[in-house]
Amino acid sequence: MNTHSPSTDWAIEAHGLVKVFGDNRAVDGVDLSVRAGTVYGVLGPNGAGKTTTISMLATLLRPDGGSAQIFGHDMVKQAQIVRQLIGVTAQFASVDEKLSATENLIIFARLLGLGRAEARKKASDLLEEFNLTEAARRPLAKFSGGMRRRLDLAASLIAQPPLIFLDEPTTGLDPRTRTQMWDTVRRLVASGSTVLLTTQMLDEADQLADRIAVIDTGRVVAEGTADELKASVGTSSLQLRLEDTADTDDALRAIHAVLGAQGTVSPEAARITAPMADADRVTDLLITLREAGIHLTEMSVQKPTLDEVFLTITGHGVEDENSSEADADPRETERISA
Amino acid sequence: MSTVSINPGTMTPGGNRPATITPGAQRQLKNHTSIGQTVRNSFTMAYRGLLKIKRTPEQLVDVTVQPILFTLMFTYLFGGAIAGNVQNYLPMLIPGILVQTVITTSVVTGVQLREDMDKGVFDRFKSLPIARISPLAGALLADTIRYAIATTLTFVMGYIMGYRPGGGLWSVVLAALLVIACSWAISWIFAFFGVIARSASSVQGISMIILFPLTFLSNAFVPVNSLPDWLQGFVNINPISHLVTAVRDLANNGTVGMDVVISLVGAAVIVAIFAPLTVRAYMRKA
Repeated sequence: MNTHSPSTDWAIEAHGLVKVFGDNRAVDGVDLSVRAGTVYGVLGPNGAGKTTTISMLATLLRPDGGSAQIFGHDMVKQAQIVRQLIGVTAQFASVDEKLSATENLIIFARLLGLGRAEARKKASDLLEEFNLTEAARRPLAKFSGGMRRRLDLAASLIAQPPLIFLDEPTTGLDPRTRTQMWDTVRRLVASGSTVLLTTQMLDEADQLADRIAVIDTGRVVAEGTADELKASVGTSSLQLRLEDTADTDDALRAIHAVLGAQGTVSPEAARITAPMADADRVTDLLITLREAGIHLTEMSVQKPTLDEVFLTITGHGVEDENSSEADADPRETERISA
Repeated sequence: MSTVSINPGTMTPGGNRPATITPGAQRQLKNHTSIGQTVRNSFTMAYRGLLKIKRTPEQLVDVTVQPILFTLMFTYLFGGAIAGNVQNYLPMLIPGILVQTVITTSVVTGVQLREDMDKGVFDRFKSLPIARISPLAGALLADTIRYAIATTLTFVMGYIMGYRPGGGLWSVVLAALLVIACSWAISWIFAFFGVIARSASSVQGISMIILFPLTFLSNAFVPVNSLPDWLQGFVNINPISHLVTAVRDLANNGTVGMDVVISLVGAAVIVAIFAPLTVRAYMRKA
């Protein structure tokens, strides 16, 4: 998707942003340039500095170093102007638990300077747009995670800000709600907004973002379009498990002959992994293997995961508790039982 | 008057919104907040506070039960010992217990502010182009309703027990307004603790340590001349004593004395010191 105009307007220009918490350099020199009217994805694991970066750009945190302009306005010296240009949807819903959805929206609208009647109308319009009308009067405690996210996003759109920050907008949402959130983001951009979103999922960044920055331990380790990033990782990988491990060498030779690539054997699982540039060739390989009498117990094609992007770009995998989370992600795996 | 350009009605329900977002470069923006906007933002925040009280009426227990309980307890406990009988004690005690109760109530403002600030909604307030002081000012403003409830109940309890203020109804109303105004000012102190403290219970702890000596070492419950000399010195400069005397003058005699002026000036000084301190601490936490 390429919705931006040829204008050279920059929504965000950040240079060398630094934020230190104690001895932890949470953000350690982040540069970001986001063109107006585009979706920009910030991809990285928990603790990489995504939320801290957003918090600084959204004037919630004062940077310890570096500078940033939002539509040309300095985020520290002209913070109040910047706040008029942004909408922030944080990772944890920033709405009032004790109030109803309507009351929340009306209060935010009133704070933004809308009159009583205007605020009421705006609230009901937004609730309708986000399919929350039925739940409008219910206490927020009874809202599902997806409804809360939607209300949170609705609250960020009251002033129709030209720049919207979405901090992990789909984390914890079920696949259907996630798709709805993606549609909403696309609509926002179609209406002229710029969106900066963070995510832990390469797929999400791939689906939505025009450009992606991969961030790790407070630094931008790679930046580019989704295609550029994926090209650096390799497109997909083919995974085979043999019925008889004695056939391993023969299988590797066949892979080299057909796919023109070097397969690698993982010792613990007796599994062969090979990079796959052209999916069509898989058919040829399978025929070759059958003709050679090599039997498979399993074969699968896997797209690069965040883990692999990280491994390739940073030389280390996604660490600690995130690895389990990354594993739980609905990977783009098409399994074919052999 | 809005500082954000908003085009009402440009958003069509159902989701097919046309490209209506005004580009950032074309907007009229101001980097400061006017006084008018500050007041409006604060009142909106106060409205939020009132809605929350409406949703959770149980948080009004302290301002309803405490005035009734304390007034009854202190009157019958000390009445005979201090003033000979309950009737004679009431004109002295009711203003004292009123000041003590309402000021104790203002501690809750700080505690609730701490709890509130830990919630995500404060992040949104920080990201909005509103007056920085408004979330605080609004919370404090909404709490004046709590002081009003406590004040009314204390006077009503006194009336039931036989207290007939000599100054008449309007003097009592003025006295009530004075107490509410001063408690609002004092609540800035507790708001400050609320902002800097790490947990709600620590706010409660610090505030009570300050409040107990201040309210009890005053002329609220006993005549000053019954105290040892060294204590009289403190009691006489204690601002709570001046406020209690001011309320007694107003309610019992209908006169406005020097103590009213001292109380109001004291209140203004507290706000002048603690409002900026609190806002600055709040901003730093941001």
